[in-house]
Amino acid sequence: MIKQPVLNTSPKVSDEIRRTTCYMCACRCGINVHMKTGADGKQQVAYIEGNRDHPVNKGVLCAKGSAGIMQVTAPSRLRAPMKRVGPRGSGKFEEISWDEALDIATQWLAPIRAENPEKLAFFTGRDQSQSFTSYWAQGFGTPNYAAHGGFCSVNMAAAGIYTMGGAFWEFGQPDWDHTKLFILFGVAEDHDSNPIKIGLGKLKERGAKVIGVNPIRTGYNAVADEWVGITPGTDGLFILSLIHELLRAGKVDLNYLTRYTNAPVLVNSDPKSPDYGLFLRDEEGRELVVDRATGKPVPNDTKGIQPDLHGTYRHAGVTHKPVFHLIAERYLDPQYSPDAVAGRTGITANRIRRIAAEIARVAFEEEITLNRPWTDFRGQKHATMTGRPVSFHAMRGISAHSNGFQTCRALHVLQILIGSVEVPGGFRFKPPYPKPATAHPKPHCKVQPGQPLDGPHLGFVHGPQDLALKEDGSPARIDKAFTWENPMSAHGMMHMVISNAHAGDPYKIDTLFMYMANMAWNSSMNTKHVMDMLTDKDESGDYRIPRIIYSDAYSSEMVAYADLILPDTTYLERHDCISLLDRPICEADGAADAIRWPVIEPDRNVRGFQSVLCELGARLNLPGFVNEDGSQKYADYADYITNHQRRPGVGPLSGWRMTDKGLSNTGRGEPNEGQIDSYIANGGFWIKHVPEAASYYKPWNSDYQDWAVETGLFDKPTPYLFQLYVEPMRRFQLAAEGHGLRQPPDHLREQIKATLDPLPIWYPPFLDGHADPAEYPVQALTQRPMAMYHSWGSQNAWLRQIHGANPLYVPTKIWQANGFVEGDWARVSSPNGEITVPVVHMAALNENTVWTWNAIGKRKGAWALDRDAPEATRGFLLNHLIDELLPARGDGMRWSNSDPVTGQAAWFDLRVKIEKVKAPAEAQPVIAPQNSPVPPAPHDVKRKVTT
Amino acid sequence: MHPAKSIILFTSLSGLGFGLLAFLCLGVPPVTDWIAFVFFAVAFAAAGGGLIASTFHLGHPERALKAFTQWRTSWLSREGWLAVATLAVTGLYAALVIFTGTRIFILGALGSLLCVATTFATSMIYAQLKTVPRWNHWTTSVLFVGLSLAGGALLSGSVRAAILLLLTCGVLQFYAWKTGDSRLAESGSNMASATGLGDIGTVTAFEPPHTGGNYLTDEMVFVVARKHALKLRSIALVLTFLAPALLLLLPFTHLFAAIAVASHVLGLFTLRWLFFAEAEHVVGLYYGRR
Amino acid sequence: MTELPTQTDRKLGLVIDLDTCVGCHACVIACKGWNTENYGAPLADADAYGAQPVGSFLNRVHSYEIQPPDNAPAQLIHFPKSCLHCEDAPCVTVCPTGASYKRVEDGIVLVNESDCIGCGLCAWACPYGAREMDPSEKVMKKCTLCVDRIYNENLPEEDREPACVRTCPAGARHFGDFADPDSNVSTLVAERGGIELMPEQGTKPVNRYLPPRPKDVEIDVLGPLLTPVAQEPRGFLGWLDKALERL
Ligand SMILES: Nc1nc2c(c(=O)[nH]1)N[C@H]1C(S)=C(S)[C@@H](COP(=O)(O)OP(=O)(O)OC[C@H]3O[C@@H](n4cnc5c(=O)[nH]c(N)nc54)[C@H](O)[C@@H]3O)O[C@H]1N2
Ligand SMILES: Nc1nc2c(c(=O)[nH]1)N[C@H]1C(S)=C(S)[C@@H](COP(=O)(O)OP(=O)(O)OC[C@H]3O[C@@H](n4cnc5c(=O)[nH]c(N)nc54)[C@H](O)[C@@H]3O)O[C@H]1N2
Ligand code: SF4
Ligand code: SF4
Ligand code: SF4
Ligand code: SF4
Ligand code: SF4
Ligand SMILES: [Mo]
Repeated sequence: MIKQPVLNTSPKVSDEIRRTTCYMCACRCGINVHMKTGADGKQQVAYIEGNRDHPVNKGVLCAKGSAGIMQVTAPSRLRAPMKRVGPRGSGKFEEISWDEALDIATQWLAPIRAENPEKLAFFTGRDQSQSFTSYWAQGFGTPNYAAHGGFCSVNMAAAGIYTMGGAFWEFGQPDWDHTKLFILFGVAEDHDSNPIKIGLGKLKERGAKVIGVNPIRTGYNAVADEWVGITPGTDGLFILSLIHELLRAGKVDLNYLTRYTNAPVLVNSDPKSPDYGLFLRDEEGRELVVDRATGKPVPNDTKGIQPDLHGTYRHAGVTHKPVFHLIAERYLDPQYSPDAVAGRTGITANRIRRIAAEIARVAFEEEITLNRPWTDFRGQKHATMTGRPVSFHAMRGISAHSNGFQTCRALHVLQILIGSVEVPGGFRFKPPYPKPATAHPKPHCKVQPGQPLDGPHLGFVHGPQDLALKEDGSPARIDKAFTWENPMSAHGMMHMVISNAHAGDPYKIDTLFMYMANMAWNSSMNTKHVMDMLTDKDESGDYRIPRIIYSDAYSSEMVAYADLILPDTTYLERHDCISLLDRPICEADGAADAIRWPVIEPDRNVRGFQSVLCELGARLNLPGFVNEDGSQKYADYADYITNHQRRPGVGPLSGWRMTDKGLSNTGRGEPNEGQIDSYIANGGFWIKHVPEAASYYKPWNSDYQDWAVETGLFDKPTPYLFQLYVEPMRRFQLAAEGHGLRQPPDHLREQIKATLDPLPIWYPPFLDGHADPAEYPVQALTQRPMAMYHSWGSQNAWLRQIHGANPLYVPTKIWQANGFVEGDWARVSSPNGEITVPVVHMAALNENTVWTWNAIGKRKGAWALDRDAPEATRGFLLNHLIDELLPARGDGMRWSNSDPVTGQAAWFDLRVKIEKVKAPAEAQPVIAPQNSPVPPAPHDVKRKVTT
Repeated sequence: MHPAKSIILFTSLSGLGFGLLAFLCLGVPPVTDWIAFVFFAVAFAAAGGGLIASTFHLGHPERALKAFTQWRTSWLSREGWLAVATLAVTGLYAALVIFTGTRIFILGALGSLLCVATTFATSMIYAQLKTVPRWNHWTTSVLFVGLSLAGGALLSGSVRAAILLLLTCGVLQFYAWKTGDSRLAESGSNMASATGLGDIGTVTAFEPPHTGGNYLTDEMVFVVARKHALKLRSIALVLTFLAPALLLLLPFTHLFAAIAVASHVLGLFTLRWLFFAEAEHVVGLYYGRR
Repeated sequence: MTELPTQTDRKLGLVIDLDTCVGCHACVIACKGWNTENYGAPLADADAYGAQPVGSFLNRVHSYEIQPPDNAPAQLIHFPKSCLHCEDAPCVTVCPTGASYKRVEDGIVLVNESDCIGCGLCAWACPYGAREMDPSEKVMKKCTLCVDRIYNENLPEEDREPACVRTCPAGARHFGDFADPDSNVSTLVAERGGIELMPEQGTKPVNRYLPPRPKDVEIDVLGPLLTPVAQEPRGFLGWLDKALERL
């Protein structure tokens, strides 16, 4: 008889569960934080798991989320406000009081505001309070505000919004429950981290097919049933070739195109006309189409018409053609045939044909019909919802190239041509999307001393008149967003701020105020150069960027470059608001928002940054931040979240607002003191489900439109048509061709003519024309590791063991050509610089591509890591090889290394050469260590809450 | 496998000690009084010291007594019992010899047998492991016992026995190496069986689970360069077997005997280092290393 | 207790779907978190912020590349691995102290830490690398199959499953009773041909792996391709006319 120890299989799990929102990344999953009473009698975090009720993660949690406990106890946490005492970059600081810190900030900022608010540049990283920080900046009056979108993925966002009123990620998602063919372009991880994994799991369970288009086969692409190892930067060609094939075979959804898109809209097709390429409109400005029944032009939304998709229509001596006619003409051209694009894309012609056939088969032979009656905005009733179950998702692999905007557009056009957007089995928007470009604000930049800005900083331009230019035509913004260099830069261009401020171009600034962006390291191109710019002095010995204020929660590389540090709390120690005004957490079936709340008290002298802005705003007398008597309006961020109203009845949080009938869940109502408690009681979030009749066809579904108004997303129904042809782009081209009052400088005319095509095009990545492809034959990429968030993960004792160093992965062909063996190192050079790093062989990789994990390399002295930590000795950044400007080409110009439409940083255009070298002692370049502003970390970690 | 000093010391010294004891208990050499005391002291010091060394390797030596409970299944537990029994029986025998001059043959014979059994038990700790194909073979036990006895013979001055045992063990060791080199390959465990993915194609390790080392890689994935190993094998063969045997074949001098012993012991340490260092654990397959 | 039970009432274990695992390491950290706070000593990390951090983990995710014959594209497989709760567990029988044992009621293999002397022999005996010595507490750690979750009456019913299974975003991990032929895990293994790791070791692992489904099978398939409605734009517009008529 075997004796076994007696085991308690029902130990107590915790004393209490506090439910809040994860912020180990921007996916914002719901978490259950299990609390136990520690030896000190205080509640301590014992264990973190996913919240099963939460709309985003439905109970699951990623590695980072589960490692939160190591983040909120990390030795790298900043402890108190600090002012710089050593030279910039050295990391020498003195801890000061909050009073002193806020005094300093006020002394620096108040005069700027009084004299010239544009001398403040306020840029925030991947925070989730942009509706708040932009409100603050607007109150301050500077035009120089943006978040990180310009270096992240504005191509994707802008292309999606201009084309169809929303893009991937937070804007929408595949219909995971119904789709039968899912094609993923250029995604390693994305923000929708857990939802994508949950979705892929569903597809796998159903046996639906997944195709991964990516030069690298890891992660999602590794589980894909088919891998298309495309040549980087050529997705646009591949997609347009698919369109070519589908058009040739007539496999497009004509019904969908005529009803829901601008395919029938008439376009001025007379090259001599000043309106060449613009839509034909009636006196009321309505776009006209030809009705097949009468052959007459009528407004597109006229009831009961049969819009024609081709033919020519002459009006006032000018020939007009429907958009679809132009599409057919363009994409049936043999330049887009599979045979023509095979070489460039690295995908055989047969394979392109086969994939086109597969898309067509699933779209048109396996359609799904749901028995859900609905009514469209024209008043027509439909008995069912029918969809084409082909869905796509894409992210930075296609957007972070200099041809990314057009590539993203191409993908959306493909989705629309087969009728798979907002239909069962296709792609679905998440509220507050769909929302067309026309429903977004335009950029504002009018500066007046002591006054707020004339409107929101960022938005969507519809032609040259909307650019952010001063009266003399020079850029109004320090980042040169919304200028002729990149007219549609909807998210601003954070990656240009430091170099422009350093150069004093377009003007000098006084204070650079940054929040949550590691600009002296992994979020900058040419990191070393940026460090030099941050520390560079002018002739009189003053720093070229006179003052830098920075808010971080941890001892990052950027901390060393600030003059004043405002230390933030960690995500479990503060209030946050994930708002529908901003970047919410909605799912296709519901509008949702969420909060964070302090589930633990900070044990350091730190404050939530938003609360600090509330106080600083009051000290600076910013409108919106002071009461009429001049006193501080919002005591802290929690107060702001509860009481601020953006429009009457609409505030940061939509749940539990007060109406005359009591607490309401419509999304509208008066502020309510108990709101945050209601959120806490509900698990930290609020969700309002989309009614079934409104679940698809949202842009044209009157039930959805009414629901959106009720919920406060719009003030009136806003149905719209998808823009296969983006007319605003044509307006910029027209200006470049010499029309209109505002015209681009001559050196930019050709670029605008060539790249702002209103129908998707493909052109080679810009670097190809600047770096000699023969000298630099290899493409170099980075990928997000699923278990790391940019630079934050390395301070996490658990996560850093998974990714403590990053090798460069090299494909078989290059591996063999260089005679590499295990343990070898290589020098990798681009026109911009060189690095020497360890290499590792990988077979499942495009044969001309090398890659590494992003942001693993660390500067010595940062993040409370030992100086000999592998992150600092073998880890490296590819960023040293990338520049924000392209190499000179002999035209006397330094062209920007970004997309000419939006200014999106072209991280993935990088070309390199690679050669075997003797292993150095450490990865090169070695950056001098920074002093650590926090005490050394303990040697061992063994955390368990014990009483 | 990681060649831990404590375990190398333990297996070498306890082997030598028990080997010597085995001879002493059979009355070889037929020493008495203080000479017997010195001989037995050396033997007990080696055996006991080895056993103590083995506890350095334990995470919780203070709980070592618990190791006696599982003799029904565990060779380590059995080894513990046998070692204690051996030390008790041989201790009694030694005491009688040293202090009373009596030799109880049966007791001595039992002691010798226990010595061999203990060394065998030690060997089985390794030989039982299917996970280390190189060890999982009769040669492991035979060599452990053989080496123990050879060392015993050498230390006890049984020249003819020593020469015979040393040369036999040398040949056996050579054979063990020869056959051991291919045993992992023959074991049927490989990347394909470890991952179950062999049906698709050739499997290679891509990324390790963690970028740094871990207990498993530190403990079980020790890789010695082949060239290096070959050199060490030759040195070990010469030091452990050939040199002592040759020295013993020469006319006896104490100096030569001492050198022979020193050479053997040094060789033994090298052998044991190789025994561990060259042993490939199948878990290495998961890390693409062996 | 190092004798193995001749039979266990249930055979609890995991099925891991290699067709679905995206290699996110979520299960690794959920496991680390749960088991640090629960069963036995916390899973410690030595040199946690230094040059050579070494922590104990009960579950680690490997990845392998596979080169199929005939130059088909190479594949990459993420491969989580924890204790397989073997029926014939060599790690148990070698243990000198009885700290290692296999539970009669459900077959879970456990280490009773207060009996463990930290000799490491069980880790040597395990072919799969499923046991790790804690760098701080110096006792043997291994997957407990979350024995303190699966029966835990302080947890809601739906949470009585291993931490790694509960957290896996892709749903690649399944927990159940292999002794019951109708259980979720038995069904999956039957349907998808679940594989045993290193069967030649004779350990009879309970956990099973679902092999990846065939990949890239259609790359060279030539048909059925699309039939063009027309070769030129003009012909296409003609087709369009007719198609619009039919709408
Ligand atoms: N080579 C290459 N470089 C890239 C990319 C690439 O693909 N390849 N991707 C680019 C993209 S898309 C992005 S978004 C950027 C990201 O780059 P960054 O925006 O620099 O991202 P993080 O490293 O996350 O750094 C943000 C900073 O926020 C701090 N922080 C973390 N939590 C808090 C908090 O709660 N409060 C405060 N105040 N601070 C906090 C961190 O300590 C860190 O210093 O990198 C870009 N850089
Ligand atoms: N775990 C984790 N999650 C994150 C982040 C993180 O740091 N860690 N960062 C967040 C942020 S800020 C962002 S912006 C998102 C980004 O999410 P992703 O868009 O997934 O970002 P990347 O990891 O840069 O992946 C880009 C992918 O595109 C591929 N690629 C590169 N060039 C091309 C190309 O020309 N064509 C195709 N088809 N593919 C190409 C690369 O191989 C890579 O797989 O992730 C967010 N989520
Ligand atoms: S994906 Fe992971 S890190 Fe990001 S919010 Fe969700 S659980 Fe947290
Ligand atoms: S959590 Fe699931 S998908 Fe992620 S590594 Fe583990 S088994 Fe694979
Ligand atoms: S996997 Fe290893 S530790 Fe687990 S039961 Fe099997 S042999 Fe023992
Ligand atoms: S390490 Fe502990 S559990 Fe393992 S064999 Fe030794 S005593 Fe048993
Ligand atoms: S079952 Fe529990 S202990 Fe085992 S790997 Fe999963 S989480 Fe870890
Ligand atoms: Mo990003």
